[in-house]
Amino acid sequence: MHELSIVMSIIDIATKQIENSEATEIEEIELEIGALSGIEEKSFEFAWNQGVKNTPLQNAVRKINHIEGVAGCMDCMIDFSIKNLFDACPICGGHFLNIKKGKELKVKSLLVNINNKD
Amino acid sequence: MCATCGCDANGTVTMHVPGQDNNQEHTHSHGEGHSHTHAKTIVDVEQDILQQNNLLAERNKGYFDAKNILALNLVSSPGSGKTTLLEKTLTDLKGELEFCVIEGDQQTTNDADRIHATGTKVTQINTGKGCHLDAHMVLHALQGMKPKNNSVLFIENVGNLVCPAMFDLGEKERVVIISVTEGDDKPLKYPDMFYTSTLCIINKTDLLPYVPFNIEKVKENALKINRNLTIIEVSCTTGEGLPAWYNWLKSKVLAPELA
Repeated sequence: MHELSIVMSIIDIATKQIENSEATEIEEIELEIGALSGIEEKSFEFAWNQGVKNTPLQNAVRKINHIEGVAGCMDCMIDFSIKNLFDACPICGGHFLNIKKGKELKVKSLLVNINNKD
Repeated sequence: MCATCGCDANGTVTMHVPGQDNNQEHTHSHGEGHSHTHAKTIVDVEQDILQQNNLLAERNKGYFDAKNILALNLVSSPGSGKTTLLEKTLTDLKGELEFCVIEGDQQTTNDADRIHATGTKVTQINTGKGCHLDAHMVLHALQGMKPKNNSVLFIENVGNLVCPAMFDLGEKERVVIISVTEGDDKPLKYPDMFYTSTLCIINKTDLLPYVPFNIEKVKENALKINRNLTIIEVSCTTGEGLPAWYNWLKSKVLAPELA
């Protein structure tokens, strides 16, 4: 259940972002999660629902950009999509791969409500 | 609030040093939300979720580099023989290398007590409900234990082949341990751990005649995940293969720091 640690980190990042601003509430949070990042979506969702209670993310809509895995074969010099770290190069069947995409784990942006002074 | 690193505490993590009656805890709370709404705006964050851990890991790394400490993160499923391997190593190489150990477990100081019995400096981190060590816990353990210059620091992670893979502790090398009583498809089932490790130790090889474990298969599977993985077969019971592990260890200690 490292997903709970991940959720807590997201809450920290988001809270720090709005701490010194006029923002009052986070309406939406955009995340980038790669297919090879090691996040199990079901656990993540479970941890999220518990974790965000009484935080600025409590009512935030969660938007997740899923990024599929892309690897480059070091022998054939081609890129191809992979689902697992043990997938083989479709050309040579080798495993000498360089993971190019799919490891992402990022907070992209927040949509916040600003408390106007006028 | 953690004044040193300003970072976030992890629930009820506790530290123990065998032979001393100490028990440190620290927790801090998160800010409360507010509730008025007016205009809306988008804030670009573009921040890695693990950034806080990675920053602290870099900090640990700097500490290790400055003191020329070889830090190794030992990961495996529970019961693969991490602590036994450490006990053997600490005893056999006593006098040759200077060691210290950080033990990670959810509960008990059993492992730290075993290490303490070998005469090695050890700190136990109890993660409570936590399933992995993170850079923050290691940072605080280091503050208490003050490892010597030019020493080898073993960090025995919580027995878990999933979660510890994501958390850099600032270690120089990650060592994954698998025993022959487990399945030979383990690297495929838990690829992240094998992907992020540099050395794989296959332990309990003395039991090979009694278990349906195909050692060639497991090697093949591990190398499918990570072509650069070094693999060493050992038995802590008979001592077979341990010299190869000791040589690997010594080669890492003596290796000059290359940019």
